[in-house]
Amino acid sequence: MPLIREIVGRFLLALILIASVAALNFMLLHAAPGDIVETIVGEMGGATEETVRELRHQFGLDRPFVEQFFLYIGRTLTGDLGISAYYNRPVADLILDRVPATVLLVFTSLAIALGLGVILGVISARFSRSWFAAVVNVVALLGFSAPVFWSGLLLLLMFAIIVPLVPTSGMYDVAADLSGWAFAVDVLHHLILPATTLALIYLALYTRLTRASMLEVMNSDYVRTARAKGLHEGKVLFKHGLRNALMPVVTMAGLQLSGMLAGAVLVETVFTWPGLGLLAYDAISRRDNQLILGILVASAVLVIVGTILTDLLYRLIDPRVGARS
Amino acid sequence: MQQSIRFAMVLLGSLACGIISSPTYAGKENNSVIWASVGTPRHLNPAVQSGVYTMQPGAQIFASPLRVDGDWKIQPYLAESWEFGSDNKTLTLKLRKGAKFHDGAPITSADVAFSLMVVKKYHPFRLLSEVEKIDTPDDNTVIVHLSQPSPALLLSLTPPFCPVLPKHIFDDGQPLPTHPRNLNPVGSGPFKLVDFNPEQHIILEKFPDFFLPGRPKLDRVVIKIYKDANARALAMEAKEADFSPLITDISSIDHLAKLPNLVVSDEGGRGVGPLIWIAFNTAKKPFDDVKVRQAISFVLDRQFITKRLQRGRTQIATGPIAPSSPYYTSDVEHYKVDLPKAEKLLDEAGLKKNAQGIRFKTSILFTPAGRDYSQNVAEYLKAQLKRIGVDLELVPMPDFPSWAKRVGGHDFDMTTDNVFNWGDPTIGVHRTYLTSNIRKGVVWSNTQSYSNPRVDELLAKAAVETNEDKRKQLYKEFQQIVVRDAPVAFINVVPHYSAYDKRLKGLPMSIWGSHAPIDELSWE
Repeated sequence: MPLIREIVGRFLLALILIASVAALNFMLLHAAPGDIVETIVGEMGGATEETVRELRHQFGLDRPFVEQFFLYIGRTLTGDLGISAYYNRPVADLILDRVPATVLLVFTSLAIALGLGVILGVISARFSRSWFAAVVNVVALLGFSAPVFWSGLLLLLMFAIIVPLVPTSGMYDVAADLSGWAFAVDVLHHLILPATTLALIYLALYTRLTRASMLEVMNSDYVRTARAKGLHEGKVLFKHGLRNALMPVVTMAGLQLSGMLAGAVLVETVFTWPGLGLLAYDAISRRDNQLILGILVASAVLVIVGTILTDLLYRLIDPRVGARS
Repeated sequence: MQQSIRFAMVLLGSLACGIISSPTYAGKENNSVIWASVGTPRHLNPAVQSGVYTMQPGAQIFASPLRVDGDWKIQPYLAESWEFGSDNKTLTLKLRKGAKFHDGAPITSADVAFSLMVVKKYHPFRLLSEVEKIDTPDDNTVIVHLSQPSPALLLSLTPPFCPVLPKHIFDDGQPLPTHPRNLNPVGSGPFKLVDFNPEQHIILEKFPDFFLPGRPKLDRVVIKIYKDANARALAMEAKEADFSPLITDISSIDHLAKLPNLVVSDEGGRGVGPLIWIAFNTAKKPFDDVKVRQAISFVLDRQFITKRLQRGRTQIATGPIAPSSPYYTSDVEHYKVDLPKAEKLLDEAGLKKNAQGIRFKTSILFTPAGRDYSQNVAEYLKAQLKRIGVDLELVPMPDFPSWAKRVGGHDFDMTTDNVFNWGDPTIGVHRTYLTSNIRKGVVWSNTQSYSNPRVDELLAKAAVETNEDKRKQLYKEFQQIVVRDAPVAFINVVPHYSAYDKRLKGLPMSIWGSHAPIDELSWE
């Protein structure tokens, strides 16, 4: 029962959050100089005054701000994200087209960062005075402090040009016209660099977090008790140590989901990965406001879903969480 | 535990090897070409949307009544022949028999008449405005009636401007600019559309029933859209693409020119005429004074800009018409760099140095795009102006709409700008200098607020003058006046380089370059 009540409460909160995201962003975007008509005329290489007027009318940009605002909020709440002025296609279609790429990128990176980060963290906590731990520490620090677009370009140069192992950009090879298993392999091939780049920052974060958390847990009384019982070291490390040490890491991973989406914008831009981030980047510089707003609302939904999932994950790792509420 | 780590590493390693070993697909093996581009078109109908990224695929998907070669000579295309009436106010086109659209329907005079009227009504460049009415006495004859003679008419009927649209698809009552089939058109050109995925690719396939026998020579053309010039250059270097036109950034050009498998050339596309200039807001002090504008022109060393800043990849522009145009004249004031003369002009304009050695303060806008032609030029100008006591503030614009808002709103002192000639001066040149085209809110109109009655008169005459020699004379005087009046300081022509695999033959070398059909492109 409390679980259901919690979920309903969360859902209502989410709706309010989405409405605020839409309203706030609408106002912010309208404060930016210039509009989509300027972009379109720019790409056309100039236009007559009539064309300009016609375009503004077509997109409803000649209406008063307040009218545009309420029209937009009304439409958003009924689930209509509108039409992208630039692409002349429904915003919802464009977003749905791009969501899989972003989800694939973000979750692959998350899996790499979390999996590898926890393993490295455990190792460097267990052998905290070894040279291996020192190396892990330095690498983690480097990964954490390098900006994504820099490390991305560097990896691109190294593994696509100097040692051409992977393609430079895109998600699949359009010219090859593949399907089935071959297509999946092709996508993975294209995924390696962007996912690694995005994972690099978070890898460092999780490594350090796991390490610190492990060091703390391994000094606690119950671990000493477990050892005193004569348990196998592996069991002590993973069952008693890691499971308890994982809580802050999972919390962080949940919180970082929105950060990862933001990081994905940069990574997608560097690698021309056809996800939401790339779509948003182009839409902003074009003032395709309908599309930007749609993407922001979609991102808000993704983050909310992610947070709810994190909460559910808590219950799996630590049964006390559910019991307390 | 160490064993499990070792196992995981082996697993990851073998997976990685499997993924990495998948091959890349170059074009030659299956007679296709991968064309690297850096811009997404809004849609694919060049009758209602201009701009290079619509024109390029548009010219492959749609045929046009006529085409033009590399020497500005009009050539037959869908029309086998054409003839002007004695008063130059009618044009008769004879169409090829048996030509078909991609859906198999025959191309008739009704389609051509419909297409011309669509271009007249919707094309952003105000093309074919002198067309009054079109007769179609039979399926293969089109008679165009004009309100006045139009020397630009034939060029307006060539691929980047006048696609032949299927009337049975587009004439269904829906407004053309937002017609859904603009995204998924049935065309008349050498290639038909297979898939258009914005920001990603446009896939084109040979149209087997194309009306020119033996064309096109390629089976498939994939236009891959890259994020920016750097991504495109990397892709060309990694041999992921075979052909890339419209490369303008100097670092890409220099870099690609060093690669042994590529040819990098600026041939073809001479009609486009993209000029770089610094525009003055002549409605604002002190730029209302011609001497101030001339003074600024005299501090710019165009040799230095083209040879040093742009590493010899560009050509100096001396006036409003690009040097590759038949109407170009070099018989104009050349503004050879002359700082003492610039100082003298400013003194005469009453702008004397104050105690700090400053004559006046002003600002220049520039956009983030094309750094070689905007930011670098603006920074150079700042350094030069400092030497004659003018304090120039650099105002970088974050993106195109921000810039367009200010320039279109006449809210600027100076700005760098890039404006295309588009072949005939009536299309891309007149708009900048006509008094009647001073319009607020429209970028690339006469945003300089320049007005000279003699220029208006010359341009009005040149727009209807069908005698080539007389027309050249009119444009010569026009160029001399505009360069002397200096509403803009002309700097250089943007080079449109192409990079392509050296085994490719039959590249598009007409005055429209890659904005024309690539039906002769083939692998050797």
